[in-house]
Amino acid sequence: MKIDFPQAVNEAPIELSSHTMTEIQRVMDLFPKGKQKSAILSILHLVQDELGWVSVGAMNRVALILDIQPIEVYEVATFYTMFHLNAVGKNVLEVCRTGPCQLVGSDDLIDYIEEKLEIKVGETTKDGMFTLKTVECLGACGYGPMLMCKYQFYERLTKEKVNEMLDAMREASK
Amino acid sequence: MARKLLIEHAEVEGIASFDIYRKHGGYASVEKALKTMSPEDVVEEVKKSGLRGRGGAGFPTGMKWSFLAKPEGVERHLVCNADESEPGTFKDRYLMEKLPHLLIEGMITSSYALGARSSYIYIRGEFMYILRILEKAIAEAYKNGMLGKNILGSGYDLDLIVTPGGGAYICGEETALLESLEGKRGNPRMKPPFPAVKGLWGNPTVVNNVESIAAVVPIVNHGGESYASIGIERSTGTKLISASGNLVRPGVYEIELGLTVEEFIYGDDYCRGIANGKKLKACVPGGSSVPILPHYLVTKTAAGNDRLMTYESLSEGGFESGSMLGSGGFIVFDEDQCIVRNTWNFARFYAHESCGQCSPCREGTGWMEKVLYRLEHGNGTLEDISLLEDINKKIEGNTICPLGDAAAWPVAAAIRHFRDEFEWHVQSPNEALKRNYGLIKAKLEV
Repeated sequence: MKIDFPQAVNEAPIELSSHTMTEIQRVMDLFPKGKQKSAILSILHLVQDELGWVSVGAMNRVALILDIQPIEVYEVATFYTMFHLNAVGKNVLEVCRTGPCQLVGSDDLIDYIEEKLEIKVGETTKDGMFTLKTVECLGACGYGPMLMCKYQFYERLTKEKVNEMLDAMREASK
Repeated sequence: MARKLLIEHAEVEGIASFDIYRKHGGYASVEKALKTMSPEDVVEEVKKSGLRGRGGAGFPTGMKWSFLAKPEGVERHLVCNADESEPGTFKDRYLMEKLPHLLIEGMITSSYALGARSSYIYIRGEFMYILRILEKAIAEAYKNGMLGKNILGSGYDLDLIVTPGGGAYICGEETALLESLEGKRGNPRMKPPFPAVKGLWGNPTVVNNVESIAAVVPIVNHGGESYASIGIERSTGTKLISASGNLVRPGVYEIELGLTVEEFIYGDDYCRGIANGKKLKACVPGGSSVPILPHYLVTKTAAGNDRLMTYESLSEGGFESGSMLGSGGFIVFDEDQCIVRNTWNFARFYAHESCGQCSPCREGTGWMEKVLYRLEHGNGTLEDISLLEDINKKIEGNTICPLGDAAAWPVAAAIRHFRDEFEWHVQSPNEALKRNYGLIKAKLEV
């Protein structure tokens, strides 16, 4: 798999909102003293929740927060597929493409969303509203075809349900 | 109707809250264990129960517990593996979403047995909404004196922390999970040392699947012997099965081990047969890593015995004609499905999820995906089929963790049972692009 890693590693650490910083402190405090690095995945999720993706500037901030080298953050952020290392649309549609979902029509679902949004997998709509991605098994095999967006599962999808879902997301992201 | 030990109350209104869970007998195992049993007594009951790890490997839980090193003055941990990500498996999600307190209760009772004072639930990042459910339930448990200092006046202290992954199948492997829990990339560790000796932060650690930990609750409540009285041979108790694919009623079912596969697929209490009136073509009974079975080996073994939902019966015939119970991810294929396409799909999954640490797996999974893509898309040759078998042999057994084997087995099994379908893709590529092969011709009506 090609990892599309940003080049500009010298980006200045960005500022995070006070809400995010409070949450970061909370998840760090869950672990014993000296083991705060264990919170790194929680922190990256929180950063992505605020920014929509994880920029190098954000990773550099995480390194300062955890008092570790920036490379220790980069290597983690690039390993775990949930973290978007490039800017994405307001709604990232992550469609499960693995076997059990394929058996019940995930290929057709992907085709339909591509047609409907006029983008290919990996692309973002011109208005910045949607990014379409495919992902491996999300643990919803009995309820496929399905996709995840903002940690929410949309299951047993039909064309009608996709239409309704997209409309609702457009409305909510206005 | 079969006995349900785990999810009997799953659909009770409000069962995710402490009070209602408690009203339905919740936390009885904590009271019983902390007030009337020594930690060793709890371990003994789990041993007697015959419980085997529900995550996939099927290793006896009591034995795993007894391996835990207990050096003086060194902290020990129980880590719950809630990274459920084996394709076809979604039972732990159901259990945690509906019955968060069952898992917490199991964590407390099990941690007590192991002498762990800080325990962790590592849940896959995509299940963030379930993490929130668990966080809420944990807060309730603290408030009601089930967690924290001096639980129920017993002098036993326990902290329980739930933390997310970030989207990596490999973190379901226990040492990769521990690496991830330490805030690193999920690269599996060389064993030995095993986690029971050096686990989380170098401390002795037991890693158990969600369902295994939940099963400790009925085992302590009713006794290990009572649990062991359910099931057949070394497959004791009940098991959650995640049924997916072309079924009338896919979903999560709690079965008594020993149920026939026939009953599970076609029975009214279970999946109710193949969807849309189609015929069964094949079945992967234990998650994507286990060998696929062609339809004539699903409900009967090669020896003609009824195939049962047990560790032993599903593996009867070895890899020649059997499979494995694995995680209980039961994936069913109807007659319209293309085996080459599915094999390619699973190969792509493993290529995507290989952590990249061992060359045979990193390179081999990528090659298998490419060769299978070629075959599926009408550009394969007969040599490609032998090439796949060759790659398989070079991955199997040559990697640090079992992901390599998990990638190799499904491909080997698909070729073993469906070779004619692979050859048809080579010999009639244009036709293969237009339609699916259907059932195996020679054994069409068995």
